[in-house]
Parts: sequence; structure tokens; C-alpha cells
Amino acid sequence: MNSNEIYNLLKSFFPDAVIDYKDDKPVEPYIIVSAKEIDKICLFLRDEENLQFDYLSCLSSVDFDNDNLAAVYNLYSFVHNHKLNIKVIVPKSDPVIKTVSSVWNTANWHEREAYDLMGIIFDEHPDFRRILLPDDWEGYPLRKDYKVQEFYNGMKVPY
Amino acid sequence: MRYLNRLDSKIKQYEHGNFVVTSVDKFLNWARLSSMWQMTFGLACCAIEMMATSASHYDFDRFGIIPRPSPRHADMIIISGTVTLKMATRIKKLYDQMPEPKYIISMGSCSNCGGPYWEHGYHVLKGIDRIIPVDVYVPGCPPRPEALLEGVLKLQDKIRNQSTYKKNKA
Repeated sequence: MNSNEIYNLLKSFFPDAVIDYKDDKPVEPYIIVSAKEIDKICLFLRDEENLQFDYLSCLSSVDFDNDNLAAVYNLYSFVHNHKLNIKVIVPKSDPVIKTVSSVWNTANWHEREAYDLMGIIFDEHPDFRRILLPDDWEGYPLRKDYKVQEFYNGMKVPY
Repeated sequence: MRYLNRLDSKIKQYEHGNFVVTSVDKFLNWARLSSMWQMTFGLACCAIEMMATSASHYDFDRFGIIPRPSPRHADMIIISGTVTLKMATRIKKLYDQMPEPKYIISMGSCSNCGGPYWEHGYHVLKGIDRIIPVDVYVPGCPPRPEALLEGVLKLQDKIRNQSTYKKNKA
């Protein structure tokens, strides 16, 4: 199935949670879905007979520099050899998304990375803490408005 | 005798006795510079060059440099690679566990000054000398094994001229 067909199928099952379908070439088509329903939609995508997205290729995060953050889900099905991109857009003031680590275990560390570097909070994640930076780090370095701290543990950071 | 002659050409030898006379400083320095045990410690791509230097082609061992698994055995540490702020905390901890006298070689641009991360590396310490004192800086990105060996020889020169009792000897 191509992305447009998948979108129409999803829209019929989740009319409120599936927000939009974008096909701005040359960017790959993607579906925008609600942050609160992403776990249910992903479970559906994984278990539905015609979809069977058994593989989460990547989960990454984006700062649009306009008060919005996004999580991007790249899905692939080994059974049907088709793929799908999903975006969840959340405001910087309240960047909370439901976790999908119960659907694909891969998401566990990917979501921790997105939290560590971009500050997206994944609700109901089983082990939610920083993954790369030290636990006492302040701020989320990949955000566009990130300011490098002057000192870390008494060590001067700027050159 | 050959080694002792290298230590000091004016060394006093006795005809029948099985002993020599030399100064404490020279003897200690000779012992120290001939067996600088190195802490097994690699951080980034420089560590690959350091391992190449340890291997048979360049052979660190001929300078008496043997990797040791614990900071408590080590005389020297080669900071070989990018020092992240997270790692810097650990390096300080390891350095504090090394017994005196201890020496540090800062290997490569990253540990000298932050290297390519000097401007946008929010997570990189801009030079290991911000947390521990460095004896020899080896430039390069990464330095070739010859450059690291040159650094080791420089450190040996430094040890050869140090004084155990007169701390401020020029």
C-alpha cells in the first residue's frame, strides 16, 4: 500500500487522531497524527493484516524553530515491503507524546535520545531518563534556542 | 654497564668491585624514564594510533611503556582523543588515583584544545589542561605513531632533567 492509501485507511479508523497527509515533493509523503493517540495508531499499524509495520526504522526529532517540536517515525514492513512516515507535532511549551516503546522495543532508546537532546517528553515510557548526556545536564542541546552553559561541574565550557 | 654509561659518561667504575657510584637523581630519573608504565586508556580515534604505536611495528615496549589495567599501577596516562565533559569527570577521578610521580601526554588536537569541536562542541572540554596538568602536548589529528613516539622521547628528556630533592631546579 502507498502512503495515501494508508492515510485513507487510518482516517476511517481514527477520524479525530489522524490530522493531515502531506505529499510535498521531493520530500517523502508523511502523515501527521495526534500526540495523544500515537500509541494506539502505531499498534494498529503493526497488527493490521494489510499493513504489518513490524519494523521501526528510526525515531527522530525536529525543532522547527517556530515554537513547535516534532517526533518523526519511519516505519517499514518486511512482510509487505512498504514504508510510512509519521510526524507528531507538539508545542515547545508542552512537548508531551505518548510512548510507542510498548509497540516496538526499538523506540525505548530512540525516545530517550529525543528527550535527551531535544526535550520531548514521552508519556508512560518504562525507563525515562537521559541516555547520552550526564544526568545532571541542564537544557536540551539540539534545540535551536540552546545556549551553551558557562560552566559544567566547575569546568569552563566555552573555548 | 652499557646502560649505565648511557646514563652518565663520567660515571665512576671500580676495577674489582661489582658496583658503581652515581647520584640519586640520575639513578632515579634513569629508572623512571626507562619504565613509564602507561594506563590503558583510549578515548577516540587517537586511541587507534596509540594502539598502533603499542603494536609490534612501532613497539612502545622498547621504551619500557607497558599498558597497565589500573591507575594505581600507572606512571603515565596518554589522553588520546576527544574529552567530553562527561568523560572529563572520570579522567579527573582516574588521575587522582595515580601514584606520584605521574606524567601526562595530551595526544591530538581534541585533548590539546578541543580540536574541531572548539566552537560548536557544547559537550567537549576545550583542552585537558583545564582539569589536569599536562607534560607534553602532541599535535595532530590524529598524530602519527612517530609523532607520539617523539612526544614520549620529549617526556623522557623532561624526566631525565628533573630533580627529586630540589623541586625548583631549572
